[in-house]
Amino acid sequence: MNHSRRKAIKTGGGLLALLLSAGILKPGEALAQADAFSMKTLAEALRAVGAQNPAASNAIVFKAPAIAENGAVVPVAVESKLPGTESITLLVEKNPTPLVASFVIPAGTTGSISTRVKMGQTSDVYALVKAEGKFYMAKQEIKITLGGCGG
Amino acid sequence: MNRREFLGALAAAAACGVPLDAARAQVAQALYDPPRFGNISLLHFTDCHAQLLPIYFREPSANIGVGEAAGRLPHLVGEHLLKNAGIAAGTAEAHAFTYLDFAAAAKRYGKVGGFAHLATLVKRLRASRPGALLLDGGDTWQGSATSLWTQGRDMIEACQQLGVDIMTAHWEFTYGDKRVQEAIKSLDRIEFVAQNVKTADFGDPVFKPYVMREMNGVPVAIVGQAFPYTPIANPRHFVPDWTFGIQETELQAVVNEARSKGARAVVLLSHNGMDVDIKLAGRVRGIDAIMGGHTHDGVPVPVVVNNAGGKTIVTNAGSNGKFLSVLDLEVNSSGVADFRYRLLPVFSNLLPADPQMQSLIERVRAPYAAKLNEPLAVTEGLLYRRGNFNGTFDQLILDALMAVKGTEIGFSPGFRWGTTMLPGQTILREHLMDQTAITYPSVTVNEMTGADIKSILEDVCDNLFNPDPYLQQGGDMVRVGGMSYACDPRATIGKRIDDMRLGGKPIEAGRRYKVVGWAPVAAGATGEPVWDVVERYLKDTKVIKPRAPNVPRIIGMSGNQGLA
Repeated sequence: MNHSRRKAIKTGGGLLALLLSAGILKPGEALAQADAFSMKTLAEALRAVGAQNPAASNAIVFKAPAIAENGAVVPVAVESKLPGTESITLLVEKNPTPLVASFVIPAGTTGSISTRVKMGQTSDVYALVKAEGKFYMAKQEIKITLGGCGG
Repeated sequence: MNRREFLGALAAAAACGVPLDAARAQVAQALYDPPRFGNISLLHFTDCHAQLLPIYFREPSANIGVGEAAGRLPHLVGEHLLKNAGIAAGTAEAHAFTYLDFAAAAKRYGKVGGFAHLATLVKRLRASRPGALLLDGGDTWQGSATSLWTQGRDMIEACQQLGVDIMTAHWEFTYGDKRVQEAIKSLDRIEFVAQNVKTADFGDPVFKPYVMREMNGVPVAIVGQAFPYTPIANPRHFVPDWTFGIQETELQAVVNEARSKGARAVVLLSHNGMDVDIKLAGRVRGIDAIMGGHTHDGVPVPVVVNNAGGKTIVTNAGSNGKFLSVLDLEVNSSGVADFRYRLLPVFSNLLPADPQMQSLIERVRAPYAAKLNEPLAVTEGLLYRRGNFNGTFDQLILDALMAVKGTEIGFSPGFRWGTTMLPGQTILREHLMDQTAITYPSVTVNEMTGADIKSILEDVCDNLFNPDPYLQQGGDMVRVGGMSYACDPRATIGKRIDDMRLGGKPIEAGRRYKVVGWAPVAAGATGEPVWDVVERYLKDTKVIKPRAPNVPRIIGMSGNQGLA
């Protein structure tokens, strides 16, 4: 890792503003999803984003730890190999509000995101991909443990 | 006469009064001069836990396998293990690999391990296998008083003298990231490898993932795999900027890279634990052998796993300096064609001490001699730790903590290190440190509800008995003092622990109980070091009566070959 890359990423704090001003994320789209972020169950959150019965897909590469090192910042990465990927959304089933992040993927962009999610207990985590108007998903259980006692 | 018969002869000689020296020399020759094979040799020890001197170490009578692991290596104990490996009962090897008749057999065959004796064995094998590499699987810089007091310096010196070529790590990280980096810089000849440790921010590699060595003209790659759950099983605050994990995809990429750069054999030096290694061997292609540790399984025969790329040999080499493993590979132009494997018990009576290593050990211990040798009490019973649920030494620690801190319930971590003491031995301060020498030794007393206690027991039990090895952390069950419970290893999390009682009365979910414990993983926890608390108890008690370990009522495990 060279220092200029770190610096570039660290100084990228105004990313949302940048996306809005560049017209990549339309203010209306951001507002429409706000409701989905406050839903209390997985089913409600899926309904709110318009994805009742997403089909399982192995064109979604979902990378997450089997056991979280720190539930406050669990690293997850999703790569969609589905053509026409429009958005990638992350849901943690057992969180008080399961929808934790949603990324809009502009046309012509590689459908690849990584972020950190917060988790309080062991849960299935879903990567939901919208591609050519249809929803697909992959899931993985991430274990949250008290720790200690090992070795 | 073959090797096994020789070992039987030793027992017979001892019983009949035949001069032991002659018998011993014959046995040593049979045991320690395995015929050379192939063109590549790897010598491997792991999880010695800083035991520089010969010790006793009782193998477990409870090492239960669940799911696919039930009834297979490494989850076979006692006679089941002997039968599987074809080892005759009543021999030196049977003593090395099992708990059977432990105290009597330990008196007959003597102590095991010790770096001076290990050094003699390494030299002997290197003489017959020129160019052999010596691999250290980690858990080397922790586990004794002197390693703690020197932050691993005594072990680093000893490993350099021993001629370690390549190492990976686990408990080493509990000295903290800065100390680890500083120690690695001080290494003269030892390469430190770990492909699965990355920076937490951008995922950059922290250590070399692998090294390439040429032996007899054959390029061999040794890939390092540190303990994947270090920041979970041990305090995360020691390595706040690093992330671990199994990292299969990255491992596959490293193996592919090593192959593309000409490696004709690829070996994973692993601290995953044996069940994790067996699963991994079925999923990652291109690894010829996984030489493993962490779970302290002294497995006399290798497990060969099929995968999409071919076959992978999986081994586990025990703990506490008790064993040296020897893997001979026949490598031709198309790769590994054949192999021989042996896990050699290091009997200190059969291997003379190497004088150079002996003087190094005496020198590093000298400044601490008086402290180490202070007598604390005499034990009348066998004291050991290893086993899924509890050991007599852990019971002694629990009894001490509960008595000194005035609680009804005690918890002690399910570590797998910690040496064994025979009836009649004087417990010196050094022996107590062998059970407790960690960088987070605080004793804490907490008020817990019955529900809290249940959730802790369930959580730890799932780390031990989850049928998916990738969700196991390789320690044993938390040792519980004062209260009784039942445990069903086959159940799922939340349903394994039942019938929790204190003084015969059911533990109430909403009631608060005072619980003493030690080794807190949270940052900022404070308390008296565990060795001080236990030392007071030992000095007051003076004579330690034999004690039965408090173990749960086990449900549904009759016939399991991992339970005596």
